[in-house]
Formats: sequence, structure tokens, C-alpha cells
Amino acid sequence: MTRTLDRPAASPLFRPISTGRRLRNRLATALVTAAFLLAVVPLLWVLYTVLRFGVKVVTSSAWWTHSLSGLLSFQAGGGVYHAIYGTLTQALVCAVFSIPIGLMVGIYLVEYGARSRLEKITTFMVDILTGVPSIVAALFVYALWITILGFPRSGFAVSLALVLLMVPVIVRTTEEMLRIVPNDLREASYALGVPKWKTIVKIVIPTALSGIVTGIMLALARVMGETAPLLVLVGYAPFINYNLFEGNMAALPLVMVSERNNPTPAGVDRMWGAALTLVLLITLFNLLATVVARRSAIKAK
Amino acid sequence: MARRLDLEHVNIYYGNFHAVSDVSLMVPPHSVTAFIGPSGCGKSTVLRTINRMHEVIPGARVEGRVLLDGEDVYGPGVDPVDVRRTIGMVFQRPNPFPTMSIRDNVVAGLKLQGVKNKAKLNETAEQALRAANLWDEVRDRLNKPGGGLSGGQQQRLCIARAVAVAPDVLLMDEPCSALDPISTLAIEDLISELKRDFTIVIVTHNMQQAARVSDQTAFFNLRATGEPGQLVEIDQTQKIFANPTQRATEDYITGRFG
Repeated sequence: MTRTLDRPAASPLFRPISTGRRLRNRLATALVTAAFLLAVVPLLWVLYTVLRFGVKVVTSSAWWTHSLSGLLSFQAGGGVYHAIYGTLTQALVCAVFSIPIGLMVGIYLVEYGARSRLEKITTFMVDILTGVPSIVAALFVYALWITILGFPRSGFAVSLALVLLMVPVIVRTTEEMLRIVPNDLREASYALGVPKWKTIVKIVIPTALSGIVTGIMLALARVMGETAPLLVLVGYAPFINYNLFEGNMAALPLVMVSERNNPTPAGVDRMWGAALTLVLLITLFNLLATVVARRSAIKAK
Repeated sequence: MARRLDLEHVNIYYGNFHAVSDVSLMVPPHSVTAFIGPSGCGKSTVLRTINRMHEVIPGARVEGRVLLDGEDVYGPGVDPVDVRRTIGMVFQRPNPFPTMSIRDNVVAGLKLQGVKNKAKLNETAEQALRAANLWDEVRDRLNKPGGGLSGGQQQRLCIARAVAVAPDVLLMDEPCSALDPISTLAIEDLISELKRDFTIVIVTHNMQQAARVSDQTAFFNLRATGEPGQLVEIDQTQKIFANPTQRATEDYITGRFG
């Protein structure tokens, strides 16, 4: 007996994407896009505002070559080279201390710590230090460097506070970058009869270098914008002071803080000018980091 | 220069775990010895003990003696770095240094040991690459990164790198297990050639490979999980595959294992 079938005997192997999945996909895509916009819009807004108010200030050549020395608060003109000098030297001195310390602690944790007690304690301390607010670091340096040891308030004291903020960031970056270097490479090097320290210096660190450099540059950009240590540890000077160890010294965040109290158009201009200058400096550092990272990056082809 | 290798009552531990129990064997110079056996039986561990790579792992230790031409590599005052210079190693996964060019990879050992003479380095690079049958494929791109080569080429690059430091013994830990059959064949041919200059010990999961390349074969086994691995028997490869003394060896080779 034959029977006609009104549908195929076997259901098809493949079916179209179900409506539920399609909807969930749409929803997730919409959420991700919205989150992206939510993150990008304020960023662009900040950049736009800083550029809008700052561009006309920083495009004058005096801005980069003069200080604010001798200018009355309502007088337009002058520049912030004294503050650029302060910010850069304080950051540089901070980097000179922080980079070696941070790198070596990171190397110790990954290459030598080997789950020892010291490693655990160090990791814990670094975690705590990462969470210390900059004002606390500043007050600590004030208590130690100025109250107990008797040194004057100075740009160098600021650098010391910045070291406290920068070291844990560098330790963390170094640690993470070294940990992702495959153990195969270390073993390959040992098997060639290369001592451990040389393996670390010549194989492990070069492999992780681009990540470490990026981390250091980002940390540097971060500390350049720190304001609390400046307020606590050094007085603002509208003129150039080359001496990092004595006397009031300007820095870009300090220009912004002090000009914010100046209600004249000249003050507003200086504030936005200093803001844009700081953003430009930090952008420059980030670009530098990208270039260095790209040059030391691992080449596949 | 190829040298003779003896293991005498070697016991290997990871912390409190007894990984390998009482291995004694002899590897004559200019020969290929294959280590075969099921996973986890300790063949790689024994191999890594020979050039003191084992102790890189925290908590690992070794009892017994590993003699290279009668000299104990675990003797008092022996520098493990020196041992590894004398006993080279090729790993399971090709691991060229990603930051270095092909040439720099080959001479990495010499360079890191402090050899600076450019002419000598270039000459060694060519010799080692020729020895690894890779020279013709890479001669016009020596300055390109090693990571751009195919898997089989990368493994031959690693062999060239190991050969370039002129060791006496070459240890190979499953050197073909990540490679396709053609690359495997290339490396097997290479092993037969390298035998002229080196003493070779190779760990392999591939029994045909052991039969093809080795002069003697050692079969390792575990009595049970958690028990230490042990050397069941070692003999001429032909004998092991045709007429093994131990029942366990025969079971493993004929696939009747477990």
C-alpha cells in the first residue's frame, strides 16, 4: 500500500536562525553600541571643549617661550614655559626613580619569586600601594621629607610622591607582560647553556618590551596630571625656577588651579591654555610610546 | 664530539612525588636511542634530567648519577649552565625566539655566551643551517624573523640552534609531534645524519618513528597511576620490536596495551 506524504520524511538538517536568537543578537548589538557611544561621547566632548577654549592661547609663540612673571592677573599674554619645565622635570625625576625600581620588582616577582613568602607579601603591598590616593602619598612625603627630615617644600618632594604612585603601576605592567612570555622561550634559552640572568635580559625582557614600554609611558602620562602632590608639596610660582630642590615651582596643573581663582578673561584663557598644553604633552608621550612599542614589537613576517 | 652517556640508578622526584624510579641505561656515542612508553611514564622527565633542565621546575630533584664519558653531570661544583652547553635539547613545540631574525636565532646560543666575531657567527649559522637541512630554504631571508617560517621549518631552525653551540649529546623531546608527515620525514632523515656528530636521545610517541630512526629503544611504563614510572627494558631496536623480553613491552608495541 502506498501513502502520499505532505511533508518530507526527514526534517531538514539545517534550519534558519531562530527569531529568539535573532532578537537577542539585535539587543546585544544595540547594548554594546550604546555602551561604546556612552564612553566615547564624553571623551570627544572633553577634547572639543579643551580645544575650543585652548587653541587660540597655545598658538601664540609667547605661550611656549615666556612665563607669567610680572603680569598682572587681568593682563593678557605671557606663557607657561615655567610650568612645562616643572611638569617635565618632576615627571622625569619620578621616572628615573620609578622605572628601575618597578622593573626590578616586576622581574623579581615573575622570575625569582616562585611563590615564596616575600613574593606574596610584595604582591599584597603593591596591590595596596596601587590603591593609595595621591593626596595620601603627598601627605606621607610631607610628613617624612619635610616634617621629619626637614627639607623645604620643592619640586623634588613632588617627584617623590609621584614615585609612590608610579612604582606600583610599573610593577603591575612588568609583571603581567613577563608572565605572558611563554615558558618555552626560557627553557629554549636555558637548554642552549645560557645563564638565567642573561635569559631574562636578552630573551624574556625583549619579548615583553613593547608592553612594558607602553605601560611605563601610560603611567608617566598619568602622574603628569596629578595635582594633589603639587598642592601639598610645592608652592606655585609664576616665574621660572630651575632648581628642583628649593623654592616654589610651577607645574601645568598648578597653573590651572591658580588661574581658576582669577575671574578675568586672561585667567580663563590661561587655565584652558594650560589644560590643552597638558593634554598635548600627554598625547605626545602616548605617541612616543606607540612608536617605541611598534619598533620593539615582535615581528611575525 | 659525540660522547657516551650512562644513567646509574636515577630516581626523580617532584617535591614528594616519586616520578621515576631507578633507571639505569647506557647510550653509546654516535647512536640514536629512542624512549617510548605511554603518557605520564616519565620518559620526558628522564630526558630532562640528563641535561639538568629538570631542576628548573621548583621542588624537582634527582638521585643517582648521570655520567657523560664517566663524568657526573650532578657532581659537586658542576655548573648546570655548562652541562646544558654540552648536552643540547630540542623541544616538542618549535620555539624560535620571536624577537630575533633567523640568523640570530641560530647563533643565539653563541651570542649569548659572548661570542662577538661576526665572521665566525655567520659561518656557524651557515654550517648549523646546512646541518639542519634548512639552508637552501632560508639562505635569502636570514634577516627575516624566525616566527615567519612554517612549523616544520621552525623545528629545523630549533635543531640548527641546538647544533650551533656544538654540544656532545642532543636530546629531542617528541620533536615531530607537532609536525605534518613530510616535515616529520625531513627531521627523521636529519636525525640519521646528525648521528655522525652527536649522541642522540629521542622521546617519541610514534613507534614507527622509533623503529625507523633509532639504534636502541628503551620502553618505559607505569605499574599504576600514582606509582613512579620505570624503565621496563632497553635493547637493540630490532630486538625490542621483533622479540621483546618483557610481556608489557610486547603488549605496548602490538597495541594490546591497557
